[in-house]
Amino acid sequence: MDKITQKLMQKSESTKKDSLGRAISLAALSLIVIVVISIFTFVMSRGLSTFFHDGVHVKDFLLGSTWNPSVINPQTKQPYIGALPMILGSFIVTFLAAIVATPFAIGTSLFMTEIAQKRGAKIMQPIIELLVGIPSVVYGVIGLTVIVPFIRQIFGGSGFGILSGTIVLFVMILPTITSMTVDTLKSVPRHYRESALAIGATRWQMIYKVVLRAATPGILTAIVFGMARAFGEALAVQMVIGNAALMPHDLTSPASTLTSVLTMGIGNTVMGSLQNDVLWTLAMILLLMSLVFNLVVRAIGRKGELK
Amino acid sequence: MNKTIVGVVGIGVVVAVGFAIYNNTQATESKQKATPSKLTGKVLALGSTALQPLAEQVGTSFQEKNPGLTITVQGGGSGAGLSQVANGSVQIGNSDVFAEEKEGVDASKLQDHQVAVVGIAPIVNTDVQVSNISKKQLQDIFTGKITNWQEVGGQDKKIVVINRATGSGTRSVFEKNVLSDGQSAIQSTEQDSNGTVQKIVSTTPGAISYLAFAYLDASGIKALNIDKVTPDKKNVEDNSWSIWAYEHMYTKGTPNGATKAFLKYFATKEVQKNIVPKLGYIGLTDMKVTRDATGKVENK
Repeated sequence: MDKITQKLMQKSESTKKDSLGRAISLAALSLIVIVVISIFTFVMSRGLSTFFHDGVHVKDFLLGSTWNPSVINPQTKQPYIGALPMILGSFIVTFLAAIVATPFAIGTSLFMTEIAQKRGAKIMQPIIELLVGIPSVVYGVIGLTVIVPFIRQIFGGSGFGILSGTIVLFVMILPTITSMTVDTLKSVPRHYRESALAIGATRWQMIYKVVLRAATPGILTAIVFGMARAFGEALAVQMVIGNAALMPHDLTSPASTLTSVLTMGIGNTVMGSLQNDVLWTLAMILLLMSLVFNLVVRAIGRKGELK
Repeated sequence: MNKTIVGVVGIGVVVAVGFAIYNNTQATESKQKATPSKLTGKVLALGSTALQPLAEQVGTSFQEKNPGLTITVQGGGSGAGLSQVANGSVQIGNSDVFAEEKEGVDASKLQDHQVAVVGIAPIVNTDVQVSNISKKQLQDIFTGKITNWQEVGGQDKKIVVINRATGSGTRSVFEKNVLSDGQSAIQSTEQDSNGTVQKIVSTTPGAISYLAFAYLDASGIKALNIDKVTPDKKNVEDNSWSIWAYEHMYTKGTPNGATKAFLKYFATKEVQKNIVPKLGYIGLTDMKVTRDATGKVENK
């Protein structure tokens, strides 16, 4: 009798395992939270010290068009820290790459899901997955040895510039957008298609008026994800864009992005100096932008839920 | 998906930090035990990528002589080298420039060990029909006053200026010796290493840049003479070619143990006469002049 009471009062083996599992997942979660918070605090504290510690005006930083942190402007007694050329450069390559990549991505995924499902699944799917996995430095090397000379021959100049950057990024984000669009198209319920066909729509009408409409939020999410990848890409872009901190005035002259200036400069500056702090501020802008991209994705997801 | 990535990175960071702390304590422990006859321990040298190949080579040959010793050489840039040695995270900070020239570094805490001399020469793509240039013309090209090769005696071709990243050691040396006070180079294409500059100048028509002597021997590029002086070892040794700099290895305070022995080995004739010239640097023992942080040159 006592034995049974004891057994019932005690925690069973499974209950112990249960709480152990809970503890492990909680520990993993807290580690992640701590890491995220420390990254944020670190980047923010270093990035903001440009404004608080070095006394740079936010307006000068965001809207100034001359970038040369190691040279002091004789008139204002402030270094040249205008980050506008890089901010513009980053946004221009990102948007151009997304604009070019989107039609190709939608076309490819329609082919894979609506037109040739079998071939799509057998041939295209593995190819796209392979493209997602290619390291960015490989894209960069190809850009440097193929695209840059090609642009130079057609447009003259050095071949480095926003156009080369856009082409490399286009190839890089195309698989990301495509594979996510494929998933969205696949998740459009089958009865939508069947109803459309039943009331006499052709295949094109069904795709255009029903499937794409229903999948719009998902496709937008895919595009934003692609843009986030393009915005944060450093290595491949740095190799082909030319890294000149100049206001971009045409597509074939050297320009720069936030990431390229960051990777080029960080090893050459001393921690705690203004030259180093302004680079952290660029990193802060990148971090905030990725946050914005995340929020946009969430907003699209919430607004466009299928009801 | 995102959380997994962050998690993996987080674990990586924790592991790396753990290793770093472990290594550090180990390094200090073994350094204290070290005796001059039988050296053990770890030396970590970090910084300038221009000095990296030489430091690695000398490190390897020093390790062969002292098997109990580990010498690790890493890149990262002169700025990283100076700041890391100043806060004590590495034993040696490699730099292309004097610590006094770098903003944000307390040079008084650091001890300078000059280990080699590196010469730098302006280079152009081989299609440029110019082989000699005056210092004034070179200034005007890099400040953007001259934009066509015609103006310096070449053919009608646009000049494409390719620079190194701001703050790079090679760039500071070049600008310090070529541009006059208050001048700054025009904003142009910037590249982050000698290797990339070499590749890009050799493929871009009308391109001009500058490279360390060790990188001059490549197809598609040629070095320019300045005021009829050829960029070579002999001219650097007597300062008739003025674009050169010391490669520095900085330590925090006076070095001891393995670090001291390594720096001492670097200064020996064996290294300065064999390894240093073989890799395209100039040995300190061959120099006929000295130069200090302010740029003052004196005969030895």
